[in-house]
Amino acid sequence: MNALMSYFGSKQTPGVAGNQLWALIYIFIIFAGVAVIVICMNWLERKVLAHFQVRIGPMRVGPHGLLQPFADALKLLTKEDIIPQEADKVVFWMAPVIGLLAAFTVYIVIPFGPTQAVTDMNIGILFMLGVSSLGVLGIVTAGWASNSHYPLIGALRSSAQMVSYEVAMGLAVVSAILMTSLNRDGTGTLSMLGIVQAQQQQGIWFIFKFFPLGLIAFLIFAIAMVAETNRAPFDLPEAESELTAGFHTEYSGLRWSLFMLGEYAAMIAVSAIAVTLWLGGWMRPFPNGLAGAGWDFFFALWPGLTFIGLGGLAFLGVVRMPSAQFFKIQRVGLAIFALALAGLGGLLIAITIGAHYSQRNIIASTSAGIAYVYWFLLKVAVFMYLFIWYRATWPRYRFDQLMKVGWKVLLPISLGVLIVTAIVGMIL
Amino acid sequence: MNSAMAPGMTPVATPFFFYLLSGMAILSGLLVITRRNAVHSALALIVTLLSVSGLYFMLYAPFVAGVQIIVYAGGIMVLFLFVIMLVNLERVIRERQFNRMWPVGLAAACALLALFLSVFEKGKSLFDRASVPLSDKFGPENTQQVGIMLYGNYMFAFEIASLLLLVAILGAVIMTKKRI
Repeated sequence: MNALMSYFGSKQTPGVAGNQLWALIYIFIIFAGVAVIVICMNWLERKVLAHFQVRIGPMRVGPHGLLQPFADALKLLTKEDIIPQEADKVVFWMAPVIGLLAAFTVYIVIPFGPTQAVTDMNIGILFMLGVSSLGVLGIVTAGWASNSHYPLIGALRSSAQMVSYEVAMGLAVVSAILMTSLNRDGTGTLSMLGIVQAQQQQGIWFIFKFFPLGLIAFLIFAIAMVAETNRAPFDLPEAESELTAGFHTEYSGLRWSLFMLGEYAAMIAVSAIAVTLWLGGWMRPFPNGLAGAGWDFFFALWPGLTFIGLGGLAFLGVVRMPSAQFFKIQRVGLAIFALALAGLGGLLIAITIGAHYSQRNIIASTSAGIAYVYWFLLKVAVFMYLFIWYRATWPRYRFDQLMKVGWKVLLPISLGVLIVTAIVGMIL
Repeated sequence: MNSAMAPGMTPVATPFFFYLLSGMAILSGLLVITRRNAVHSALALIVTLLSVSGLYFMLYAPFVAGVQIIVYAGGIMVLFLFVIMLVNLERVIRERQFNRMWPVGLAAACALLALFLSVFEKGKSLFDRASVPLSDKFGPENTQQVGIMLYGNYMFAFEIASLLLLVAILGAVIMTKKRI
């Protein structure tokens, strides 16, 4: 118990403080959290895509198809696991694991809050870019090990695409890192925590810094990160109209679901990079402009109110459901779900109010931590929604167009932005 | 361990990780040269590079470690695999190796081993421990130190290296493009 309590109210991340127990606890929380988010995203993607196309999406398994992801997971787990006769067995087995490991390793440096990260590294952003670029190895090995034509073409496309877009992505990141060095002693930082703290010190999110330079760098990153995660409109490695399913054509059951998990985990990770570098990480809107205890309390109420709002939406669904006997169990289920959401919101609000009026250190630090994680995840959630939106809106690129955009448009612009940022930084 | 060494990294079970990483590097290095399948060799090489990058982390050189991952494991090896996949592996495997240079290779390897052994033997006098305060110089500001060295003390060498790379790129473009 002492070891458990030792960390509360600490001013450092567990990795920095050398607290291995809490580092492990954080890792488990992040792993479970990502798994839950992937389940939610699975449902949300099908549902939102359906509504974009004026369909209703999954409706039968649970109220409004809420249990559909669980049904899917059950199906995937019990499906027959097929390894093609001519496949390279060892590499075929390893490929999804490589992808998953690369996607999950980067989470140890993502700063969900000033102390809500597993650890902080001096080379945080470099580590994130490096390890997330290892994810392509999973795709390439999967395509090669399948010993089949479509997967091989998918793998080749993927490696060419990743290597091309990594260049523009890296240059955009460098221009954001340059902005961290605009302080008194003139040294920047690569640490993820340090980048957010630099934005706090300079009193501006880097997306608005040197307008429009920060914005352009951010947009380049936002385009490149879609290509890096193989999502539409850059999903050529798995283009179903040309390559059946691309690199994972021969995969089925559990292994295929590992690819899926890795893809969504990578999506969350790159969104987290974008949020950290340009959108102020864990900071609430206007931390300097609207300062003071009153504003702090107002913004601290948001997490709880969000969940209560979601519960209210779910309750609206209960009311609007047909009153036939057939729908009774669905109504009851949705009502319970709504109550659970509202209850969670109420709990969060209770913690916030408790922190506002009581002097206990633990409650205050818990409340602050919830607020940090909430703002970070809210910003990431915007990107996750954008990923779905892109998929519903834009047609897939042709491969030569993709290469042209990467090398002839994004790369020169990002180089230019980098140089102009450096010049402006020197002058100001 | 000196706790002021590197905020952000408190070493844990150092000898264990050293032997683990070195063992992995050596084992996968052996696999690189013994596998007949080029893709397996490339994958083993990636494991070698990653374990060496882990060793850099343990030597308090996080920048070098990060660059090792991003450039070698993430960039160059992906291109290696890209090229290997375009080659017809079936034929390469069946072909007989006609390389008869192994005595020369053996001699070179022995010379390298002798060099390592002599450095290991005389290492204490060559690198005076007191003159290289690892903790101060390459601790928290490792990246900044590398930057100052590259763009300050060794500016000329750095620029020459980048010029060499530019020439290589231009050469590749000129050789492959008939009309520019």
